[in-house]
Amino acid sequence: MPQITLIEGVTQALAWEMKNDPSVVVLGEDVGVNGGVFRATQGLQQAFGSARVIDTPLDELTIAGLTVGLAAQGMKPVAEAQFEGFIYPMMEHIACHAARLRTRTRGRMTCPAVFRAPWGGGIRAPEHHSEANEHLFTNIPGIRVVLPSSPGRAYGLLLAAIRDPDPVVFLEPKRIYRQYKEDVPDDGEALPLDVCFVLRDGSDITLVTWGAQVKETLEAADALAAEGIGAEVIDVATLTPLDFDTIHESVRKTGRCVIVHEAPRTAGFGAEIAARLANEAMYDLLAPVERVTGYDTHIPLYRLEMKYLPSVDRIVAAAKRTLAAS
Amino acid sequence: MPTAATFEIEYLQYLDADGKLVRDDLPALARDVRELVALYKEMLFVRVFDSKAVALQRTGKLGTYASCLGHEAAHIAIGSAMQEDDVFAPMYREYGAQFHRGVKPREVLLYWGGDERGSNFSGPAHDFAWCVPIATQCLHAAGSALAFKVRNEPRVAVTVVGDGGSSKGDFYGAINVAGAMQLPLVAVIVNNQWAISVPRNAQTGAKTLAQKGIAAGLECLQVDGNDLIAMRTAMDFAIKRARHGHGGMVIEAVTYRLSDHTTADDARRYRPDDEVKAAWQREPLKRMKTYLMSLNAWTEEEEEAWKAECAAKVDAEVNAYLETKSQPIEAMFDYTWAELPADLAAQRAEAIAADKSAH
Repeated sequence: MPQITLIEGVTQALAWEMKNDPSVVVLGEDVGVNGGVFRATQGLQQAFGSARVIDTPLDELTIAGLTVGLAAQGMKPVAEAQFEGFIYPMMEHIACHAARLRTRTRGRMTCPAVFRAPWGGGIRAPEHHSEANEHLFTNIPGIRVVLPSSPGRAYGLLLAAIRDPDPVVFLEPKRIYRQYKEDVPDDGEALPLDVCFVLRDGSDITLVTWGAQVKETLEAADALAAEGIGAEVIDVATLTPLDFDTIHESVRKTGRCVIVHEAPRTAGFGAEIAARLANEAMYDLLAPVERVTGYDTHIPLYRLEMKYLPSVDRIVAAAKRTLAAS
Repeated sequence: MPTAATFEIEYLQYLDADGKLVRDDLPALARDVRELVALYKEMLFVRVFDSKAVALQRTGKLGTYASCLGHEAAHIAIGSAMQEDDVFAPMYREYGAQFHRGVKPREVLLYWGGDERGSNFSGPAHDFAWCVPIATQCLHAAGSALAFKVRNEPRVAVTVVGDGGSSKGDFYGAINVAGAMQLPLVAVIVNNQWAISVPRNAQTGAKTLAQKGIAAGLECLQVDGNDLIAMRTAMDFAIKRARHGHGGMVIEAVTYRLSDHTTADDARRYRPDDEVKAAWQREPLKRMKTYLMSLNAWTEEEEEAWKAECAAKVDAEVNAYLETKSQPIEAMFDYTWAELPADLAAQRAEAIAADKSAH
């Protein structure tokens, strides 16, 4: 079985689906002969031709609008924003058109598109290359927001996203693009959208996270385990529509919850999970829900960025505060 | 200094404001009285419809409505030049083009009457619905044109944008990518001189709006948008060359918005009466009527009879619209996703219960 990285999971999923579905096209800046600046589309243009792996003019607005047009006419476009920080010009087309095409035409037109973007900080990149802004999309009805956090989930969730009849914003945690390799059979098997993945069982505390923070959160769970504390780790994976049941079930067992994400805290997606817990799981909780997040600042340039991102120490400390309460 | 490149913008007009021919090199259409009468009747129909729609809004029976008064020649030319399998991506007042393509007047009324079902219309299922955010439709048309190119289909995407809309990046992005990729895109700038209250000369320092296409490498033409013969000739030319793989085109249709921007607007606040009066002298129906009568192809009696027929047809459409019951509350949930997510199903039930207890 081939051992691949997260980004190779992306490439492998694109190649599988392009091979098996002629309506799939890839478009973006430098996605063609260059294979994307992170190499996510490496080899695709050579394999499938420049008619289906399309280098667009350098304009995110154009990419997003073309994507809506392609999808509305029966194609399955996979568009790439080169970095999450450059996705803002795409938002009008995502929010005003992709997300509402089905409802505003009462199902006459649909938008089976995927908007991919390398997401998040921690790779010593220039300004505007490190944003985590998934919360700007989770409040838009009609689009899925999906973040894979392992090679296997990158492969399986991207296949599912391309096959989904509705638009998906697919945010790839670039800090862990090449963190490790794992066995991922190239068999075209999709993973389910709209479900959380329980990555580690534990009965003392629930750690809820997504994207690149899965790495730190799992390490924090290891550190807690060394002290005899069993932490359950949940990768939310699909933020919207949210699988709250899996989170609730875990909290029913542990009574304690820490939410970890690298986007700013205020109105970050952790706030939605905390609100749901307050509303639906209040009497299961033994302690206040904690959030370990990026601060309510812009992510700093790279000399300070690791101090901004949630660290293992911050997660462990929050977990201990939660465990000490009541 | 040597010249790097030279450009010029041609202006096309066959019929002047008085209904007189100004050129000798006439297209066959100029002598095809059957076709011209048919198109003129469509122009009259949309004018009757438009005036009724404004009246419905004024009497509280329709929401905010965007009138098409004065744009009839441009709109009918666009709609009639297209094939059914071409894709139309309009802005929000091209009813004449849409009626030609099978959209029903009751569906236009339903949309402005606050009901999404208006956009699930009887026109081609691949046509886009009304696009309010300004110019975004240009890129959807370009994306459609790209789909045709990828699939090697001999189809054309036609979009309409206003003079104000041509200031937006979406418009430039669309024509730029059409030039870069040789896409079958026809972008019509319906220049009606006013973007709500901002006049054409405040939008750009460019002498014409058509010339914006030059920067994108497209064929460009400025047309008298009130001259049906010129507009249709320009559209036929643009669509034919796009369909045959020769690339996109920008057509600037010079016309005038004889109405307010929408029924929520009062143009008297910013627009001189004299200008509007002068524009009425150039409007598209009068000159076509004069021309058709000069060919003995149309009479006052036929005009009155057709107007009465239009009024009856429009009344029937209005009645159908007024009799359309509102959607049930769950309609807002049922088309958001292909499959209703569990959380949203719970909200749907909550909404139905809240609605019931409110009654």
